[in-house]
Amino acid sequence: MPDTGASDAFVAFERVQKSYDGESLVVKDLNLSLPKGEFLTMLGPSGSGKTTCLMMLAGFETATHGEIKLDGVSINNIPPHKRGIGMVFQNYALFPHMTVAENLAFPLEVRKIGKSDREAKVKRALDMVEMGDFGGRRPGQLSGGQQQRIALARALVFEPELVLMDEPLGALDKQLREKMQFEITNLAHSLGITTVYVTHDQTEALTMSDRVAVFNDGRIQQLAPPDELYEAPQNSFVAQFIGENNTLEGTVQQIQGDRCTVQLANGEVIDAKPVNVTQPGERTRVSIRPERVEVNPELGDTAHTLKARVLEFVYMGDIFRTRLEVAGNRDFVIKTRNRADQERLTPGQEVAIGWLPEDCRALDAD
Amino acid sequence: MTDAKGDATEGSAGPMMAADGTPLKKSLARALRMQKMRALMLIAPLLLFVLVTFIAPIADMLFRSVENDIVSDTMPRTTAVLADWDGQGMPPETAFEAAYFDLYIAAERKLHTRLGTRLNYEQTGASSLFRKSGRGLDDIGEVYQDQFEDLDEGWDEAMPWAELMGDPEWLSEQAAWTKGARQPEFILRDGIADLLPRTAEQYEAFALYLQDEDNKSPLDEEPWSAVHTALYEDLAAGDLSGYSGPRADMLVAADALVDSPDFETVSFARGFEDIDEDWADPEIWRTIKLYSPEMTPGYFLNSVDMQLTPEGVEMRPDNQRIYMLLFKRTIFMSMVITCSCILLAYPVAYILANLPARKANLLMILVLLPFWTSLLVRTSAWKVMLQQQGVINDVLVWLGLVADDSRLAMINNQFGTIVAMTHILLPFMILPMYSVMSTIPHTYVRAAKSLGATDWTTFWRVYFPQSIPGIGAGSILVFILSIGYYITPEIVGGTTGTFISNRIAYHISSSLNWGLAAALGTILLAVVLILYWAYDRIVGIDNVKLG
Amino acid sequence: MKLTKTLLATTALTVAAGAVAAQDMADSMTLVSWGGAYQASQDKAYAQPYAEMHPDVTISWDESSNEAVAKLRAMNEAGNITWDLVDVVASDAIRLCDEGLAMEYDPDELLAAAPDGTKASDDFGDLIVSDCYIPQIVYSTTVGYRTDLVGDTPPTEICALFDLDTYPGKRSLEKRPINNMEWALYCDGVAKAEIYDVLETPEGQDQALAKLDTIKDQVVWWSAGADTPQLLADGEVVMGSTYNGRLFSVIEEQDQPVGMLWDMQVFDLDGWIIPTGLSDEALARVKDFLYFATDTQRLADQAAYISYGPARESSAPLVGEHAELGIAMAPHMPTDPRNASNTLLYNYEFWADYRDDIDAKFQAWLAQ
Repeated sequence: MPDTGASDAFVAFERVQKSYDGESLVVKDLNLSLPKGEFLTMLGPSGSGKTTCLMMLAGFETATHGEIKLDGVSINNIPPHKRGIGMVFQNYALFPHMTVAENLAFPLEVRKIGKSDREAKVKRALDMVEMGDFGGRRPGQLSGGQQQRIALARALVFEPELVLMDEPLGALDKQLREKMQFEITNLAHSLGITTVYVTHDQTEALTMSDRVAVFNDGRIQQLAPPDELYEAPQNSFVAQFIGENNTLEGTVQQIQGDRCTVQLANGEVIDAKPVNVTQPGERTRVSIRPERVEVNPELGDTAHTLKARVLEFVYMGDIFRTRLEVAGNRDFVIKTRNRADQERLTPGQEVAIGWLPEDCRALDAD
Repeated sequence: MTDAKGDATEGSAGPMMAADGTPLKKSLARALRMQKMRALMLIAPLLLFVLVTFIAPIADMLFRSVENDIVSDTMPRTTAVLADWDGQGMPPETAFEAAYFDLYIAAERKLHTRLGTRLNYEQTGASSLFRKSGRGLDDIGEVYQDQFEDLDEGWDEAMPWAELMGDPEWLSEQAAWTKGARQPEFILRDGIADLLPRTAEQYEAFALYLQDEDNKSPLDEEPWSAVHTALYEDLAAGDLSGYSGPRADMLVAADALVDSPDFETVSFARGFEDIDEDWADPEIWRTIKLYSPEMTPGYFLNSVDMQLTPEGVEMRPDNQRIYMLLFKRTIFMSMVITCSCILLAYPVAYILANLPARKANLLMILVLLPFWTSLLVRTSAWKVMLQQQGVINDVLVWLGLVADDSRLAMINNQFGTIVAMTHILLPFMILPMYSVMSTIPHTYVRAAKSLGATDWTTFWRVYFPQSIPGIGAGSILVFILSIGYYITPEIVGGTTGTFISNRIAYHISSSLNWGLAAALGTILLAVVLILYWAYDRIVGIDNVKLG
Repeated sequence: MKLTKTLLATTALTVAAGAVAAQDMADSMTLVSWGGAYQASQDKAYAQPYAEMHPDVTISWDESSNEAVAKLRAMNEAGNITWDLVDVVASDAIRLCDEGLAMEYDPDELLAAAPDGTKASDDFGDLIVSDCYIPQIVYSTTVGYRTDLVGDTPPTEICALFDLDTYPGKRSLEKRPINNMEWALYCDGVAKAEIYDVLETPEGQDQALAKLDTIKDQVVWWSAGADTPQLLADGEVVMGSTYNGRLFSVIEEQDQPVGMLWDMQVFDLDGWIIPTGLSDEALARVKDFLYFATDTQRLADQAAYISYGPARESSAPLVGEHAELGIAMAPHMPTDPRNASNTLLYNYEFWADYRDDIDAKFQAWLAQ
């Protein structure tokens, strides 16, 4: 369950709703709080409401209902330029008619900071992002990655306590993106600033964040640290959205503590961990991560196994990716590590597969 | 393959070679040239079109503004004689003689009035002087013509002249000519040019004119009186008693007549004075001399309120100076119009650029609406609005803001011109501004605000500088358009709101002084180019964007 | 062999046909005029009747007369004359003739004699002011005034223009020196016969401008013939100069409270010129048309549509009633003896010489 506003929260959304057209809600009853210094990522497909939340926090959108608090003070009626929140935009939004140094000096100038002080801060900020020699350049003369650093430096130069980032790495290529992910998290942690980061890239979310809020349909589906999110998704949306995932549909037969049995459509029965099923007879969707599936398992007597037929075998270097047909599902994928003794399956081969019951989560059916 | 070639080229120390053994550089150059040629071929029709419709008229205008060959073309002998004249007192008799023969031919070709019109730009009265002279020149020649005819009827006929002057071979060809066919071109008889140099020249001019312009045969028409005049001069100058060619009897008798004391003569100077006493004034001769060269700075001097006089270049009299005033006024008012366009267009363009597309398109139609109505209608509408009995004055009087007997003068002056032209040119400012503003991402504004800038700072430091290219493009468009506008100033400008272009239009269509119009146009073009250059230096031409 | 023969025969035929066609008349004609009521009067009085007589001829109009001189010059330079007959005022005709752009003609050969046998050259008389000019009508530039704005004593003399005490208010004058300079001198006490002698001298020009200076800030300057009637109708001006036909239209057709003066009206002419460089067929057609369109009856007919006087003496007795209003047109003719007691004839020779010079001064004076 999402936290309700704790009293020591630095940023807090309290029962926030947002509607653009007066007919449908883009953000539905949002409650969220961040302690100081946290790196929180809002993750979700497009249209899930994550960017709207960020814009409400920045002050560019107003909440239709509810309150947003910063350091315990409601900021609903404070215009964006008085909120003192640093922001990095998707396309960097560096002012093209100013040099890099002027861009960085801009927030200091509007804060009426003296010239020498200003120059020192600009220099420090440029050095921080290792762009010390580029002060005289125009943004148009920089590469995407360099612009990204400048945008970051500009958002930090006036030493805000909260920084918002709206898909800042979206325009970079994969390698650069990974490098920048690392740099941004490092910077955020070393400066101790609170960061709210919006992305639709789950890898980015998992690698960078202290906690991730998964958005869908205007609600936070789950708010948790990355490992928990991956290993213990609270519902089938999160399970599907985060990482690769196999699902099988069936009906709950019986529940005993943290074990239950599920009967699949073809009559086979498997063991699972009940997560959000409560009673026998309920429809459920079970979720198993590909790397937790064992072929021809030796899991003990209690564990059920399923028959599977190999459809495809893909050699990927460090792992093997095998696609199977399991209980009518032709997209069942397993991953096995490339060890010297690892058997390589061949298409058409019939095998038995199984897993530890605690790795198989029985979730909601829709 | 590739490897092998790579090895080969690396191995040799000489230049890189292409596959066929030619040096790589040459091969590349050829390939590039082919590409360029192909590209050139593709744009050739457009290039030609631009050259013909854009460059050629401008070149023609530049040329016309200095062209002055009409004087030396129409009066070649006179200008040659006047070249040696010092401009003091009256020109020598030879000048009158030359002018007689020049104008005689010019009058036959109906070119003398054209020259008169040209010289009338420089000296008032030249127009009627030349028109009158064209009619009066026969009076001089008839003195001789009559005496020769009294001596021998043959001088009044075509054939004797043709036999005397013409080549025998040509004579027989010409005799065989029938109307509709090509005439054999007149050829002078051998030796006649040495014997009767002036007569030969005049008769040849007559014969060729007859053949080319009138399509008549020299065997059927008696020559002009100018030929008789020339004959008198030749006979007076030389002794022809020994002549034995065709028509020897006539010529020898005429020679005897000319040498006799009671032969009546008339000086050319006298003859000209009889036609019009203005010829006795050295002024017209000075003007002809001054405008003899094939190129003249006269039009340009005129354009800047100066004039060319025998004493050199000087300012025109005060009460004729107008062009500098108009140039200054045109530039000043164009700037005012440009500025008011900027002020009015900026908010409109801003709203357009920040509205949702559907509403923006609707508004855009309103902006473009004026383009769909005639310029005259729009301008006349302003007349109805602004005149003293017009809508605005009526409203002001009704409101009691203005007394009925002191209604505001808002038209037929600079104000009217500025209002009407700002309205007409506004779309040319809005469109480039809009297209530039609509490319400024909204995130810049958000970024500035997130960095702590107030609304005003955001606008002034972030939005406005990025919209400058639109202002620049719009300003250049509006300024250049308004500097050349003439219909609107003509209708609503009165006397204080007219532009230099109104004078250009006047000289093109009314006074027909195309040379002066071209010079004024050239200066206007130069002013625009200079301002453009200045703009480039100050603002930078990169800062101009149409979208 | 056979082919060659056929070819030769065909060529011969073509040449023969061409020779025959050369004597034919063109079956289309482009007339250039001023548009508006004046062009309509020409169309109704001669173009339409001519077209009825010659159904195979297409007559098209081009309303370009006000820039005819410049356009003809441009056409001539381009070597492509697209006009067959051009209606121009006399001063333009003189210039076109001077420039060699208009064709000289022999009136007695080209134009019909009067019904009583008077030769065309005598019937038109002095109005043939140029060897290229075929006059049609006499019009005058005169002054109209608002009857309701001039008090109880409506003006009767031209000098009311300069009398700001009796007739306060704006007046409209044409934006050129011609006519205005003459009126100014006349009202400054110069005898009518001496006006041009005075105007020849710089002092005389200054005198005229000085007189105009006394009303300068009360003058609205017009450049289109429709301006003054409009300004009078709107009450923008108390009085103003314009063409007598325009005033007739404002007074009689539009029933506006406007009156007019005939005092010191300046006669001018309007007529045809034939551009030089027409093809033989086009020229033949133009001549045929002109013979018809300038005869005594046709010129008299034109006066039924517009209040301009026919250029032929023999036409004057034939002038009838207005085609629509049904009023007698003779009293509205500028040439009517009752109207023509004090007139001035546009001095073409003088203005051909002094136009450039005085215009420069006039424009400089205007701009100051």
